[in-house]
Amino acid sequence: MVCEMETDQIEEMDVEVLSSMWPDDVGTEADKQFNVEKPAGDLDMLKEVTIKEEPTIADLTKLPELLNSTHQGTSQITNLVKQWNYMHDNASRLLREELLNLDRQREEAEAKELKIIEDYKFESNEPENVPVLDETSDLFRKFRQKKRDVLVDRKKIEINEEFDTVAYWKQKALSLEKMLEASTQRERRLIEKLHESLKTMESHAAPVQELTENLKRAEGFLHFILQNAPIVMGHQDKDLRYLFIYNKYPSLREQDILGKTDVEIFHGGGVKESEDFKREVLERGKASKREITFTTDLFGSKTFLIYVEPVYNKAGEKIGINYMGMEVTDQVVKREKMAKLREDNAVRKAMESELNKTIHITEETMRAKQMLATMSHEIRSPLSGVVGMAEILSTTKLDKEQRQLLNVMISSGDLVLQLINDILDLSKVESGVMKLEATKFRPREVVKHVLQTAAASLKKSLTLEGNITDDVPIEVVGDVLRIRQILTNLISNAIKFTHEGQVGIKLQVISEPSFARENALNAGADEDNGLTETSVWIRCDVYDTGIGIPENAIPCLFKKYMQASTDHARKYGGTGLGLAICKQLVELMGGQLTVTSRVNEGSIFTFILPYKVATSDDYSDDQDEFSDMTDHQSEPDDTTEGYFQFKPLLGSIYSNGGPVNGNDFLPHKVMLTSPVKLINGLVADPSNNTEQSETVQVENGGYVDESKLETSSVHCPESAHQYENGNGRCFSKESESCSSSQASSESGTLEMESELTVSSQREEEKADTDLKETSKPKILLVEDNKINIMVAKSMMKQLGHTMDIANNGVEAINAINRSSYDLVLMDVCMPVLDGLKATRLIRSYEESGNWNAAIEAGVDKKTLENDQVCVRSTNRLPIIAMTANTLAESSEECYANGMDSFISKPVTLQKLRECLQQYLH
Amino acid sequence: MDTLIAQLQRQFRDYTISLYHQGFLDDQFTELKKLQDECSPDFVAEVVTLFFEDCEKLISNMARALDQTGNVDFKLVGSSVHQLKGSSSSVGAKRVKGLCVTLKECCDSQNFEGCVRCLQQVDIEYKTLKAKLQDLFNLEQQIVQAGGRIPQVDI
Repeated sequence: MVCEMETDQIEEMDVEVLSSMWPDDVGTEADKQFNVEKPAGDLDMLKEVTIKEEPTIADLTKLPELLNSTHQGTSQITNLVKQWNYMHDNASRLLREELLNLDRQREEAEAKELKIIEDYKFESNEPENVPVLDETSDLFRKFRQKKRDVLVDRKKIEINEEFDTVAYWKQKALSLEKMLEASTQRERRLIEKLHESLKTMESHAAPVQELTENLKRAEGFLHFILQNAPIVMGHQDKDLRYLFIYNKYPSLREQDILGKTDVEIFHGGGVKESEDFKREVLERGKASKREITFTTDLFGSKTFLIYVEPVYNKAGEKIGINYMGMEVTDQVVKREKMAKLREDNAVRKAMESELNKTIHITEETMRAKQMLATMSHEIRSPLSGVVGMAEILSTTKLDKEQRQLLNVMISSGDLVLQLINDILDLSKVESGVMKLEATKFRPREVVKHVLQTAAASLKKSLTLEGNITDDVPIEVVGDVLRIRQILTNLISNAIKFTHEGQVGIKLQVISEPSFARENALNAGADEDNGLTETSVWIRCDVYDTGIGIPENAIPCLFKKYMQASTDHARKYGGTGLGLAICKQLVELMGGQLTVTSRVNEGSIFTFILPYKVATSDDYSDDQDEFSDMTDHQSEPDDTTEGYFQFKPLLGSIYSNGGPVNGNDFLPHKVMLTSPVKLINGLVADPSNNTEQSETVQVENGGYVDESKLETSSVHCPESAHQYENGNGRCFSKESESCSSSQASSESGTLEMESELTVSSQREEEKADTDLKETSKPKILLVEDNKINIMVAKSMMKQLGHTMDIANNGVEAINAINRSSYDLVLMDVCMPVLDGLKATRLIRSYEESGNWNAAIEAGVDKKTLENDQVCVRSTNRLPIIAMTANTLAESSEECYANGMDSFISKPVTLQKLRECLQQYLH
Repeated sequence: MDTLIAQLQRQFRDYTISLYHQGFLDDQFTELKKLQDECSPDFVAEVVTLFFEDCEKLISNMARALDQTGNVDFKLVGSSVHQLKGSSSSVGAKRVKGLCVTLKECCDSQNFEGCVRCLQQVDIEYKTLKAKLQDLFNLEQQIVQAGGRIPQVDI
């Protein structure tokens, strides 16, 4: 087709080229020739002309000329034809070349387009190309027609050639001219078209260029990324075989990887994991990330962060995965280091805060304890003043009513003292200072006394009962003071929270509880103290019919300063210390304190304690003694009595006159005891000076009657202890306060008696041996004012002490040199040597062991030297200043000169008592 | 008899209270009274007697010292007044004590005029107190003689 067209075109081109070429080279000449030869050429015209003008003039002469010119014309025409042919050829060649050129360009453009379309999937079919082709096809058609025309013309010409040559040629020339013109026009049109198509080509080329550029940029960008990103990229097929891989740091060649799976390529830790992970992603169809640590022979231990996403084909089927891995080993190491660091930091911080907390708590506790101790002491001092004064008051002449009131006052005061002692006890238990004492006591007695005491201050219509089973030993060994304390606490609690019904104590022997078996070894160790003792466990229930304790409050019941609820605290008052002390004491003694309770029905506090059973020999002795003692009681007591009941006798002391129940329903034995009656009975009863009670008196003064046995057993070991370590004063002091408060809480009036007994006994002792004297504090008063001396001495006497007198500092030094004192009361302003100087010299003596400083100060050398041999106190001698509270006698100055404390003048009984309490232990 | 005792007791009580209220005595005197017991029934009287003797002696000492015109030994006066102050404080002689404080101040500032004036006042005061206490003791004695008990006086 193309070939055919080409030949056709060539033919046509020939024609066209001829016509186009004509005017330039030959046109004018031919025109001239034709113009000249027209008449000659055209026969008819010639004839007509010749007929008209020259038929006569030239016939034969002109013929050769004519022939000649005809020949000439023929050759000219031949030339022309030749020339035309040549031109034709030339034009057609040129046209063909141009066509070819065009064709090639078109082809090229098409190829480019195709390429672009193929390359970039451009699916457009160049709409502008079509018209061009169409037009050309139109042209072809026209050309074909023309060719036919030409062919027809040519035939005609050939025919004409034969018959009428000039006219024919004329005609032919004319037709050729026309054709040439047409051809020229066509050529022009074609050129225009060509230009047009070239233009369109150009306009087509522009977006392609742009796209190409973009492509190039994108490619460059991708290259940059690929070359610089520290990542591994891969594409794997469904079977996880690599189809593509990019690795910035290739350690394997592509052919080693492509077509293989991870497992086939690598060996070692993490490979399987990554494979599984990829498979998982493939199965789930969800892109995901994971950090996998590889340990392969190829590149050691490295951690990669791997991102895998599934790849789908157009149908939505999974055909593989894209995977991207980035090495994050360093980061992981860093991260782990950071994590560890952070962890360490957190741990350290936690420890720090814990430590701070502990420190804080410790500090708080210490401060609290310090405060507690200080407070307790602060309270105790004035309180002992109150109690002491009341005691002194009770020695004066009082009528019955006054005495009764005073007794109540004293016992209340003693109760408060007891409470303070409790607080101190608690801190002692907590700090581990508390020592338990093993003393013989009778549980029945203890229960009875506790109930009695409770009954004495009972203001409600409650029945107090004690129930002790027969198997409870008559006497056991334990720390009776503490046990009493526990019982008293529990009972007073029970009473506090009970409005009607009963409050009672029940004692029974039980088998060794499970919690104690672990401690069996310790118990065994305790037992080998020479005495033939066996252990017995006694369970003590303190029960009431009170308000009860809600179950949720039980856990915090034994916490310090906690009560079942704030409502209770408001309603019933109390420190919330009691149960805490009880629990601690019970635990200290190796027992257990528990509670069971029902709201509105009552509570039972149970404590189980181990006791040692005393030998039966002791028991019989004691019993005799005990029965002797109890003879005087209106209702003789029985040591084996197992049941007591106390009814409130409100009418006797308190005017509100609560109901007094009859004895009818009391099952066993009833003791109706008015506390006042009891006290009076005791006071009235002078006969209790058995052997043992004498011992008691030495320590405590006539602490009598029922409680006597108990106290005696309490204090005997103490007095022994006193002599043992020679530092007994603090001990006896403590026991004295304990026992006195204990005694007075039961029978307050006795206290003064005992005080008196003590003092009188001390005066006797003064004449006695030195051994006795050590138990009595020696006090030196340094004072120049006779009146002051007189007053102070009298006060000391009241307090049960005697004292030596020195009238000035020098005398004081001499006195101290001669014998050792336990306390010095020193006036500040004195003649000869004032108190401050004297104190300084005494302190210097204590430090250096000689009186050199005093001698230097002008104290008589002789007396001092003579007596140098005397025993001097190794302890710091407490020196209390007596100041008039003026500027000259400031307390600071006292302290600065080595004094321990000061009493402001005038000295009062209370101040003196406090001072003695503080410094005479 | 009982009415007499009661009357005496009331009188005693009133008188004691008046002494306190008028500032002749203070709590220290109460302290002294507390110290008086069966063992030393006349303790207060003894102490007070001693005190007045002391007063007399000290005051005359001071008067002598102040009499040395132009050459007054203020130190001597000071130590005496200190003594007196201590004694009066111990006894509870409130007014005397107060005057002693003033006298001591005058003495410390070597104020002769002041010292003399104060001393005179002390002299008057202690004598007044002596008389008043004498009355009080007389009352006590009367009560005791009448078989009554000396009442506790709460101030």
